[in-house]
Amino acid sequence: MGMTSLPPLFRDWFASKGWSIHPHQQAMLDRAEEPALLLIAPTGGGKTLSGFLPSLVELSDGNHEGLHTIYVSPLKALAADIKRNLGTPVSEMGLPIRIEDRTGDTSYTQKRRQRADPPHILLTTPESLALLASYEDAPRIFKGVQRIIVDEIHALAESKRGDQLMLALSRIQTIAPDLRRVGLSATVEDPQAIAQNLARHPDPCPILQADPGPAPDISMLVTDEKPPWSGGGAAYSIPAVLDLVKQHRTTLIFHNTRAQAEIYFHNLWLANEDALPIGIHHGSLDRAQREKVEAAMVAGELRAIVCTGSLDLGIDWGDVDLVVQIGAPKNVKRLIQRIGRANHRYNAPSKAVIVPANRFEVVECVAALQAAKENDLDGDPGSPGPRDVLCQHILLMSCSGPFTADALFAEIKTVGAYASLSRAAFDDCLEFCATGGYALRAYDQWQRLKQVGDVWQLRDPRAAQRIRMNMGTIFDYETLKVRFKRGAKMLGEIEEGFAATLTPGDTFLIGGQIVRYEGLNQLTVEVSRNKGREPKVATFNGTKFATSTQLSQRILQMFQQDSWPALPAHTSEWLHMQRDFSKLPEPGRILVETFPQDGRQNMVVYGFAGINAHRTLGLILTQRMEAAGLNPLGFVVTDYALLIWGLNEVTDPAPLFDPQNMYDGLETWLQGNAVMKRTFRVAATIAGLIERNTRQGRKTGRQATFSSDILYDTLAKYDPDHLMLRITREEAMRGLVDFGRVEDMLERTKGQVDHLRLSRVTPLAAPLFLEPGRIPVWGEGRERLMQDRAAELMEEAGLTSL
Amino acid sequence: MNDYAFTFADVSLVARADGSLWWPEKAILCVSDLHLGKSDRIARRGGTLLPPYETQETLWQLQEAIADTSPKTVICLGDSFDDLGAAMSLPADMQKMIAGLQAGRNWIWIEGNHDPGPVELGGSHLLDYHTQGLVFRHIATAAGCGEISGHYHPKAGVPGLRQVRSFLIDQNRVIMPSFGAYTGGLSAASQPLRDLMLPDGLAILTGSRAIPMPLSALVRPQGARR
Repeated sequence: MGMTSLPPLFRDWFASKGWSIHPHQQAMLDRAEEPALLLIAPTGGGKTLSGFLPSLVELSDGNHEGLHTIYVSPLKALAADIKRNLGTPVSEMGLPIRIEDRTGDTSYTQKRRQRADPPHILLTTPESLALLASYEDAPRIFKGVQRIIVDEIHALAESKRGDQLMLALSRIQTIAPDLRRVGLSATVEDPQAIAQNLARHPDPCPILQADPGPAPDISMLVTDEKPPWSGGGAAYSIPAVLDLVKQHRTTLIFHNTRAQAEIYFHNLWLANEDALPIGIHHGSLDRAQREKVEAAMVAGELRAIVCTGSLDLGIDWGDVDLVVQIGAPKNVKRLIQRIGRANHRYNAPSKAVIVPANRFEVVECVAALQAAKENDLDGDPGSPGPRDVLCQHILLMSCSGPFTADALFAEIKTVGAYASLSRAAFDDCLEFCATGGYALRAYDQWQRLKQVGDVWQLRDPRAAQRIRMNMGTIFDYETLKVRFKRGAKMLGEIEEGFAATLTPGDTFLIGGQIVRYEGLNQLTVEVSRNKGREPKVATFNGTKFATSTQLSQRILQMFQQDSWPALPAHTSEWLHMQRDFSKLPEPGRILVETFPQDGRQNMVVYGFAGINAHRTLGLILTQRMEAAGLNPLGFVVTDYALLIWGLNEVTDPAPLFDPQNMYDGLETWLQGNAVMKRTFRVAATIAGLIERNTRQGRKTGRQATFSSDILYDTLAKYDPDHLMLRITREEAMRGLVDFGRVEDMLERTKGQVDHLRLSRVTPLAAPLFLEPGRIPVWGEGRERLMQDRAAELMEEAGLTSL
Repeated sequence: MNDYAFTFADVSLVARADGSLWWPEKAILCVSDLHLGKSDRIARRGGTLLPPYETQETLWQLQEAIADTSPKTVICLGDSFDDLGAAMSLPADMQKMIAGLQAGRNWIWIEGNHDPGPVELGGSHLLDYHTQGLVFRHIATAAGCGEISGHYHPKAGVPGLRQVRSFLIDQNRVIMPSFGAYTGGLSAASQPLRDLMLPDGLAILTGSRAIPMPLSALVRPQGARR
């Protein structure tokens, strides 16, 4: 079926719209028979239609029975959006095609009907697809399916959701060997890696590159008002940003965290004298509220939207002509994708303004701008497929029916990310799914599979329902709903960990308003209205992105210039002061400053390894300092440096960076670390060790945290080699612990330390003293403080002996 | 050294850094609120199944304290078991370990609110125990004098540093910290403990060493007004 030209029906329809087919749309038609094909196209390039065109053409003769095309998108909303958009050509051309969506929001009866009588085109999410593949009747549902389109595949590529999707796909491909795979992606740094994951291993996957369109117009906001020394609020920029909003039709104002978005939105409204319609949109807001904002935006009623990553994906929000990024973007690729949100008309340049939140971010923003202009995107090296997702897949496949280990292993090896999985590692996961692992062998609830001959099956077929109920790899940290006391209206959600820190009377921001914490009622945080202007508790935890390696290196390179004409005067003067007073950090060396301040001895390490790696380095260094009797008391980290304070001066820092035994210290603290517990909770939930949902109802966050923490402690102590702990260690090393970047830093610098002893705080170090999020070190130093302080108190009370 | 020695009702006592109380003259070692079998109870009551290792952990700590002091008598000051069921269903190896600890010495189980009746293990079961002007009981009484009790799991700390398990001591009573592995605690500045303790009393913080501090210096926890 060579499909080189568009059928007349389609040609006429294009003509009636006054459109001509984009070259990459034609190319997609020409190469429709490829077993796997990846299209890279900028947002607004008719990317989604390119993906569907071959399906519409193939289905236009009305001869296909059953499911033909599966469309997968990372967002439920996107699936609904596509259904609307696809409806137009289908109805206008009168095509005999039935299109339905299937997501978490689809009703039970609708889902049942879909299983009995699948539509031609099914629009779904990775989770719903994996679930569908776990039913006993999966072979009937997927028989004869021809194409799968994975939209926004770049957003799934680096996540466990993507791994889960590809695992489900391996099963569907076994059922329908002729299935062709199509991926649609925004601009990425390494299309080859995405292509490899998309194709059935070891099949090749050709890549189609659409014309990237004109270069974006990006600039940094420079105001008369100087950015502050620390913090991420960027409140100083509000008048200037309001001016920009006035000059454009619709502006998206991106923030890196939800808390920052809330605070900014609040301040924006206080300054919004013209009462411009401005909305807020982020993942913690109640769904009803989010939908209201989305509807207002599509209707063109809003002039600006303050938002976070929840607006990152390619939903068509209409007429955005300006993107403002508040705070350094931390990552050039994300910046480019966000900028792509503006000007959805093909061939019009997108316009964006970056607003540095503090003085150091001025440097970072300028570096990011240069990188964006050179299209120097950053990326992390791909990692092998995560085993917690594999465990979940094994459990889901056992729900669909008995299997042999050999066949399932062979099927899993066709997934790119699992191509290098060893049989031993697979057996390990299978064993865990079957018994829960050595330490938990005594508990029935984890005995899930049994082996009869060489066939594995569920020990109790009723377990299938429980396994399906707990599937999924999206892990929202447990959140609590927030609402007014004696009111029904939900304001949004806050993280459980944040809620635990509140005491009645505390005020915080949500949905752009200041509320007062009244108390916890069941699982709901009750608040009252508060008239104050300043929230007492200004933050709740959002994801903290680390500045990418590439961007950090660019900044270090920039420091080597004699002068900085690209930087505003206030920032270049600051760097000159640092150079005169101390020294600017260099790419191949570690700069360490020590100086006394506030009655403590301070050490600043300019690691440029990102905030997560610095936190890890802080824990390692303070542990070494503790061992050396230097009495560290605490530390604080940013993306570029780490400040440690203690009772004793560090006179010779170089040995602290000895890469030998770096790992030893790590193991010890890792065990008791909150980061590990958090990571464990996610991995253990995905792998099915901990259930989020039980038949009695959803577990409360506190319940879940409590039991997962204790389970973690117990396994760490008595079965440290348990599969879940190995997974936790590996994940933490890559993720929040970011040990890789600590190692990179040591390798890059070969441990060459430039130590400067100074009499007082240096210009570059000063902002660190204003940085929130100080981490205490519980060691001999604090023990000594505690003893001294207790002794003083005894003395004061005249109680030296009772 | 790391322990805190003090005189209470004319008796010399030692608040040990591990949270046990040592009476050298009579070779009595006292521990409170072991809560053995806590995970088992949570499991039986329909909560999450936790592996039973915390019982092991608590017994190891107790073993160490006994090895350190070689007591003639061990007093467990109530809530030794999380409930009676937990005492009944203690795994055989734990029962054996307890029997080993009991060998060659007196062992007194004081009854607590979690384990009100006698249990099947060796040792004597008492509501309270009087000796040499001191009384050991589970819950402090308002009129108590020379009274050593547990129950509240008190915690205290130097302002600005975290709270740790603590002894509370004044001229009338000693309230002991919990010795169990998975037990929480109640701030020494909270109302029930303020009502019991005289303001000139002491908190002895435990951990790597026993550190005394005046109760009057404790800061009321924020949000404790209510």
